[in-house]
Amino acid sequence: MTRLMAVLTALLALLFSAALVLGPADIGPVESLRALVVDNGGALTLVMREIRLPRAILAVLIGASLGMAGAAMQGYLRNPLADPGLIGVSGSAAFGAVLSIQTGVAATVAFALPLSALTGALVGVFLVLSLAGPRGSSLTLILAGIAISALAAALTSLTLNLSPNPFAASEIVFWMMGSLADRSMTHVWIAWPLIALGGVLLASLARGLDALTLGEDAAEAMGISLKRLRLTLVFGTAAVVGASTAVAGAIGFIGLVVPHILRPFVGAKPGQLLWASALGGAIMLLVADIAVRVVLPSRDLKLGVLTALVGAPLFLHLIYKTRKEGL
Amino acid sequence: MRVFVLNFKSIVIAGLVATGPVMGLAEAPKRVVSVNLCTDQLAMLVAGPAQLYSVSELAFDPRGSAMAEQAKTYVPNGGFAEEIYLMQPDLVIAGSFSTPATTAMLRRLGVPVVVFDYASSLADIRDRLLQMGDVLGQPERAQMIVADFDAQLAAFQAEATTNPRAALYQANGYTSGDSTLAGQILIAAGFENIATEAGFPYGGFLPLEVLAMSQPDAIITSNPDAARSRAEEILSHPVVEALRETTGAGWFSDRDWVCGTPFVLNAIAATAKLRRQLEGDGS
Repeated sequence: MTRLMAVLTALLALLFSAALVLGPADIGPVESLRALVVDNGGALTLVMREIRLPRAILAVLIGASLGMAGAAMQGYLRNPLADPGLIGVSGSAAFGAVLSIQTGVAATVAFALPLSALTGALVGVFLVLSLAGPRGSSLTLILAGIAISALAAALTSLTLNLSPNPFAASEIVFWMMGSLADRSMTHVWIAWPLIALGGVLLASLARGLDALTLGEDAAEAMGISLKRLRLTLVFGTAAVVGASTAVAGAIGFIGLVVPHILRPFVGAKPGQLLWASALGGAIMLLVADIAVRVVLPSRDLKLGVLTALVGAPLFLHLIYKTRKEGL
Repeated sequence: MRVFVLNFKSIVIAGLVATGPVMGLAEAPKRVVSVNLCTDQLAMLVAGPAQLYSVSELAFDPRGSAMAEQAKTYVPNGGFAEEIYLMQPDLVIAGSFSTPATTAMLRRLGVPVVVFDYASSLADIRDRLLQMGDVLGQPERAQMIVADFDAQLAAFQAEATTNPRAALYQANGYTSGDSTLAGQILIAAGFENIATEAGFPYGGFLPLEVLAMSQPDAIITSNPDAARSRAEEILSHPVVEALRETTGAGWFSDRDWVCGTPFVLNAIAATAKLRRQLEGDGS
């Protein structure tokens, strides 16, 4: 248990440092880390503090958000196919973000961007949970997710196509696939308060989710209020996914892959899976973001492309498995 | 800033002489429709009175078109084969970026279509002007404009001395190298282009870190559109802001930079002014 935590933390620290020293500009690792700590007033410090550091921090925050949200939803629905990207929560958040950018609200009101993404995410989570029911079967959950994703994607595309800005239409790819390229400390400040709030809400679900594995009646007998659990889950997920999507677009599959890999290590306890998935999600997104910089540095390969290449085959495998189990 | 002004006195006289045969046409076309922002402007410059009937809608937008005022005397078109056919033109002028489906359909319907290549150098501008003169049966007018363009351009080329290093930076972090029109404008204004050092002879996405590490003497960015987009957010990234503060900051206006027309002289003039300011600082 603590061994898993130690391994994950060590891996996270290692990848975080790697993310800081790797980049298109050819700078030695020692030199770049020194420039990060000591401000020499030169271009190097600028690159480290305003480009690489925010990018690495965002990868950790957003990866942790998506991993944790996936683990929480899977725990609540007791269904391994629940992932904020797949069931349309990220897509709805992206639509909220796009609306606030295109109407100009995001530029005038502080925190309007993450808050409108949060609103979009809330609508998405709420719709999915009401459509899928309290104990959503895989089929209704996935169908509801497909419908919400398609609708959100269509509305996002429509808004961007209607924009008078000549660049807006090409941004559809960013909102569907996600990227951390050229983010700045401004984006870290926009995202972290909501991610922290959502993270606390989701972490508070641990006991409830563990109790829920014994069944709803047993959980209620143990003093868990299911209504409150559900409300906390909805707001927590919407907060972390909304803030993440607002600054990095919709990145799918992290919430699906990470809990799936880590579940055996925590003895299938959804409460412990929450923090493990937070660490795991941060690791996965850091790896993906390092990969897009190393593999195709000049093309701004989207993060969602990589996560989908890993996640989609796993998704197919999970569908096959749930079918065999007769769900 | 000096502004490119056409010497119209001599051109009007030349325009009275219509010569043919041109591009397989028996005589100079009388009802011409242009469907591309750049050919719109070339056609407006070179066409004789009442010869040009319609230009594309983009030509009316002062952000991208240097001749938005002049365009108002023409009928706008959206570049769709159907509406163009109904205008009953005897010649359609398109750019190489116009949709092939549209030009192919117009040809099938029996409308002559001339496609102009994209200008990627200052010499190309002369060629396109002369080509437009041939196509419209106005070679003398075209030659007049070219002579004026050559004279003004020569003045800039005589002046460049120290060649400070500049970066062209546009939405999404796109930069233009020496083999593009924007790159040629930069060279004509007496700058060296950091895109070339970074290995972009044409154009490409210059990572923000590479931009910061190359430490240019000047940074020339596009002006963000009033309607916001994520693509242009990069132009207000703290790193770009820092570069603007510590180096010369220039602005890239689409209307003078995008199309191969004599209006690039305005872009060269503005950029050369930036260079003189840098030299004035003693840097």
